[in-house]
Parts: sequence; structure tokens; C-alpha cells
Amino acid sequence: MNVVAAQHSDGFVVYDGVQKSYDGETLVVKDLNLSVARGEFLTMLGPSGSGKTTCLMMLAGFETATSGEILLDGKPINSVPPHKRGIGMVFQNYALFPHMTVGENLSFPLEVRGMGKSDREKNVMRALDMVQMGAFANRRPAQLSGGQQQRIALARALVFEPELVLMDEPLGALDKQLREHMQFEITRLAHDLGITTVYVTHDQTEALTMSDNVAVFEDGRIQQLAPPDVLYEEPRNSFVAQFIGENNTIDGVVKEIRGDTCVVQLDGGVLIDAKPVNVSKVGERTRVSIRPERVEANKERLADDAHMIKAEVLEFIYMGDVFRTRLKVAGNENFVMKTRNAPDQVRHKPGSMIEIGWMPQDCRALDCPQ
Amino acid sequence: MAIQSATSEEGAVGTATDSRGRLVTSDGTPLRRALERANRRRKLTALALVAPLLAFILIFFAFPIAQMMWRSVDNPQIVNALPRTLVALEDWNGQGVPDEPVFAALHADMMEDLDRPRREQAIGPLGIRLNYELSAARSAISRTARNVPDFDAPYRDAFTDAHRLWGQPELWQIIKREGRPLTLSYYVAALDREYDAEGNIVKRPENRQIYVSLFGRTLALSLAITAMTFLLGFPIAYYLSTLPMRYANLLMIAVLLPFWTSLLVRTSAWIVLLQQQGVINNALVGMGFINDDGRFSLIYNQTGTIIAMTHILLPFMVLPLYSVMRTIPPTYLRAAKSLGATPWTAFRRVYFPQTLPGIGAGGVLVFIISIGYYITPALVSGQSGRMISNEIARHIQQSLNWGLAAALGTMLLVGVLVLYWLYNRLVGTDSLKFG
Repeated sequence: MNVVAAQHSDGFVVYDGVQKSYDGETLVVKDLNLSVARGEFLTMLGPSGSGKTTCLMMLAGFETATSGEILLDGKPINSVPPHKRGIGMVFQNYALFPHMTVGENLSFPLEVRGMGKSDREKNVMRALDMVQMGAFANRRPAQLSGGQQQRIALARALVFEPELVLMDEPLGALDKQLREHMQFEITRLAHDLGITTVYVTHDQTEALTMSDNVAVFEDGRIQQLAPPDVLYEEPRNSFVAQFIGENNTIDGVVKEIRGDTCVVQLDGGVLIDAKPVNVSKVGERTRVSIRPERVEANKERLADDAHMIKAEVLEFIYMGDVFRTRLKVAGNENFVMKTRNAPDQVRHKPGSMIEIGWMPQDCRALDCPQ
Repeated sequence: MAIQSATSEEGAVGTATDSRGRLVTSDGTPLRRALERANRRRKLTALALVAPLLAFILIFFAFPIAQMMWRSVDNPQIVNALPRTLVALEDWNGQGVPDEPVFAALHADMMEDLDRPRREQAIGPLGIRLNYELSAARSAISRTARNVPDFDAPYRDAFTDAHRLWGQPELWQIIKREGRPLTLSYYVAALDREYDAEGNIVKRPENRQIYVSLFGRTLALSLAITAMTFLLGFPIAYYLSTLPMRYANLLMIAVLLPFWTSLLVRTSAWIVLLQQQGVINNALVGMGFINDDGRFSLIYNQTGTIIAMTHILLPFMVLPLYSVMRTIPPTYLRAAKSLGATPWTAFRRVYFPQTLPGIGAGGVLVFIISIGYYITPALVSGQSGRMISNEIARHIQQSLNWGLAAALGTMLLVGVLVLYWLYNRLVGTDSLKFG
């Protein structure tokens, strides 16, 4: 066992140096190392084609790792066929068997495990009650709405009491309201039952609200693995910063690094203070990122060491709970400031010149992609 | 017309009813009539689109079938030719040879017929008709008819002298029995039965029973062919359904290729391959698997019929299967496996049941086509692989017993309809997916 594996050996699910290639020329998954603790809710988040679904399918056993090892509860499972892994799975389009009733669908995994009829019925009813679908055992999947099918798919993945459940964009086909409701239900169930969950999505809100940990995938690599709040507030590189939530970015050059602050000369010529995250030496190009809600136009709300900069108001959008003001800052015309709709909040007129500012620690100097 | 507008306070904005409480449109026409008028144009268009094919089907499909079914019971020949004889026969008790008045009536009937223009003469059809029942009857009739003008009373002796058949009670029993405008005798014959001297329907002697066993064989062969197309077609359809679309289309052309080749060419190709001195036997002998005396009989028997027809009907099984399998997402199999089912269980419990509509459609298509198939069995069947359609063709083309051919055809049609009905009862035709 190499160093990485030893590091992760306490994990319930461990990816150890896993690589995957479909055509022998390009790697879809490049050197994946990941450990999921027992009972953890981990989300693999990323744009399509980032390798997240492939990682999930390798864990489920539907794809084989080209190299590296996947461990489940300490045991390598690369050569274990999917039906012997005992992993529950919820598919994107639910994959409820259309020729069986809801009850038969749920009974199926118990049947193939050789469970007796009365035990089966008891477990099926318990699983259905768990998702509040007890009255639907005799319906066909086609007679159910999308949200109901989703619940049944969830119940079916849980009915044989797996320790690990995988979910492949399970809420993608639902409308917004239902999706938010199901997000809550899934996390509640997962925590109540104490199961380990690996969840794949491209929806960052879903990832942030549901997970204990989020792994952001891009280009076959995990860009950052962190709890949601850390991921949002301390993105480690510019991809993560851009992918999670909204972000203002301005490119510039590092002029000076002093411990945990650095001076960046923006391309417009302005010098600002920033927190060096992904820069190592003076003269390097960098991309500084500031969250729109951390930008403030009211000097009184900022501490004394806040950095102030001139900006031109281009657009003001009233969004109800917040105001969204688009500004031109240091040559960047897509700089956004989000302010709370408070009684004393100023509604800036387009064309006016204002002064905005932020705390230096909220301005993160990240790598600058080509 | 008294129109009472519903007020908006009642919450029914824009609806109005006439004095009888029917809904009306804003200009006062009853809603139902307005809707009918609006839909009429669409219905007329639909009718105009369907009408040419409907007329074609009625004239060239429904009408000939009705006529064919009519022909299987139509029996005008004896009634037309021997009206007086039939009246005279009413007093005959069916035993022995009838008495002189019957023969006198027969003489009168035949004399009258000779006076008719040649095209209207009923004696010829009479001979043919009687010959179906009694094999020497045609020559008896025609030979007698030539001499009838020279006959003198007593006619009974004159007739029995002219041909011995007139002195046999059997002929007279047939004339009396079949002297009606409608008959069941074709169906009696088609079921391998005949009338005995007392007029009861009994089984034919075993050496003359053909049709029932032929129906049975046709059924068995059709089932075998359907089973073979299923066994060969299912894996192909499955493989095609898993391929990317462009490869699947390419291979589908290969499956459809037989459709674009002449049936005769394909069947002849099988003859070349399968005959005793054919490619397959020669290859087997050449490789030493069998010796020269042990060549397989692969054609001109049931084997040949099954092989050739399986090949020809295979696309009819593959196409519906493929179109159904295409719609079954692979995630079902994955889901089943993730739930703990072995690949075989997943296939058996999850995939296979979902292909049933395709299997049903393909099976019904292949079975119904093969049960009435003619050309291929005619070319490669020999004696043991003959099917009922070959017998029907023989009666139409050679023995010219159209009544019997029609009876056999009607039975085939009814048989297929019964099977279809049964299928519908057991499986339900609404679940069929033909493409």
C-alpha cells in the first residue's frame, strides 16, 4: 500500500490513485485520491464531462478503473461485480422497472437476496413509509408523478439496507420547488439512517445545501475537497471560485508578497491588497476574486483597513431581497455588487461614480488560467 | 331564442345557455352544433385522405375474400342441370336404384339442356361437380349426354346401358343430397370426412385423409419457424440495440437485405446450398465429417422448409424486437445489478419482460405470414414439407376444385382469426409494438 492509501485507510470508501481512460489516449479521470468516511454525505460536483459520473460508475462497478484501486470498507473491490458490492444506487431517470408495481420494484432486491415473503413485505412497507409512499405499493411507476417516482427510487435503493448509497443526479428531472423539498428529504434520510452517501450533481446549490463535503471536479481531477462553507468562502483556485457561486474577477500581476497579504497591480494600473492563495512569487500573473456580497459602497460598514476603489455604476437591478449593481471597476465591466435590501440602502443611479471597498482577506489572489 | 347570460357575480364569465339549458356560443348557436360544424371540415379531409385506399381494399381485398367464402358453400350445378330429376327424386327412399319416373325426368332435363346454346349448357358443370364426389361421374355424364337424343323409353335401361354408374345407388344418393343451392360437402371433404350410404358424416378411410394432418403440419411448421426466428432474431436485435445508431443502421441494412432480393433468388440459393450434391453436403464430405453415402437430406423435406422460411421471415421478427429494445434504456439492467441481481437474473426479470411486446408482435407477424406461405414451400418442401397453401394452390390450378380450395382457405382464415383472438385474450393486442 502506498503513502496515499495509508493516509486514507480510515475511510469507508477510498479511491487510491484511480485513473480511467475510455480510448487509451486521454484520461477521463486523472489520478483520483479520495476518502469518504462512514456516514459522510459527499457530493461530487462539476460540469458535465469533468469525470464525476465516471468516478461514481467505477464505485458502483459499471466501469472498471484503468489503474489504481477502489476500496470499500478496507477491501479492494475492483474485481467485484456490481451485484455483489451491495451498494444502493439512485439513477438519474430513476430506472424504476416499468413492468413491475411499486411494491414489486422494492421487493426485487430482497427477492434476489433470497428473503422470505413475509419479511419482504414488511421491509417493503417500512421503506415505503419512510418516503411517505405507503399507499402506492400497487401502482405502476408510470402512474406516478416525477417526485413520487423519485421517492420510490430512493426507497428501492435503501430497502435492502446498504451501507453505501450512490446517487447520480437524482433530482435533475424535477422542478425547482420539488427539488428543494427532496434535497431536504434526502439529507434527512441519509443522516437518520446513518448511511454513507456519494452524490453526483452539477448543481452547486444542491451540493452546498446537502453535503458534509464537496469534491469539485474539473478536467478529471478534484480541484478542491472541502465542506460547503470552506468551499464557498475559501476557494483554492480560480476554477472553484468561478464554479461555486458568483464571483468578481480581475486579472493582474503580483507586485509584492508579505506573509498573508500581497499587493496586486490590476491590469488597469490600480494597486490593491489581496490574500495570496495560489500565488507564489512576485511578477506572477494572478486573478483576484471577490464575492459580490462582500463588496460594499457604504464606508461606514467597512473596517478602517478596507480597500477602497473608484467605480462607475453601469446598471442597477432590483431583485427583491437584494440589489444587484453592475459596475465598471479597473477596466472590468462585469463587476457586480450585491447589497441587501435594507431601509438605508442606496439605490445607485447608472452613470454615477461611486467608491466601493472590501476587506483585503475577502479578496483572494488565485491562479490566472491562460 | 331566449339567451340568459350568466353574470360575472356567479363566477362563470363568458358562458351562456339557451332556454333549454344548453351551452351556446356568443352569437347564440348551440355550442354542440358550432363544434360539429368546426370539426366537419377536418373529418371530411380525413375521409378524403383515406377514401382511395379504402375503396381499393374493399374492391380488391374484402370483396374477393367474401366471394371466396361464398364459393365454399355455393352449389348451383345440380339444381341448374336437373330440376325435374330432383322433383322426381323427392319420393325416392334412398335405397337401391330409383324408378322409371326419375329416369324419365333425367332424360327430359338432359334433352332440354341440349337445346340450350352451348355456353349456357348445365351438363358440363354438373359432370365436374359430381366428379368431386364420385370419381367416374364426369365421364358417365358426358358419355351419356352425347347419346341422350337416341334414348327411348324405358329410360332406366337406356341410361344404365349407356354407363354402369347410373345403376349405382351411390350416384343417386349424391344427386339427391347435393341437389340444393348450398352445400357443406366441401367442408366435409376439407375435414377428411365423407357421407356414408345413410347420409351420415363419417371419417374417410385412413389412406385418403390429407387435410387435417396437413393443417396440423402447417401449424407445427409455422410454430417451428416462429421459434427459430425468435431464437436467431433475439440476440441480433439485442446486439443491434446496444450499438451506436450509425453502426446499428448499417447492420440493419444487412438484416433487411433479404427484403430487397427476389424471393425466387433467395429460395433457389437455398436449393443450391442444401441439396444432396450442394455446397453444404459437399463441404461436409470434403472435410470428412460424413462419408459420401451419409449426405444429409436438407431440402425437399420439412428441414428445407424450416430453414428457407426462417431465413425469409427473420426480418419480421428482428424489426419489432429491435424497435422495442431500442426504447429500453441500459440503466434498467444497471439498476437491477446494483440491487443485487446477477446478470442472468437481471436479464430474465427486468430486461426480457420488457421485450415481450416486441416478441408478441414479431411472433404474430411471422406466424401469420408463415401459416399461409406458398412460394417457398412450393419450391423446397418436397412431400413432407408441404403446407396447406400448396394444397389450396393445387386445387385451384390443377384439380380445379375451387369449392374445396375455398373451403380450405376459409378454414385457414378462420383459424388465423381464432388464434389472433386467443392471443388478444391472453396477451392483449394493444401491447403489440410493430415498429
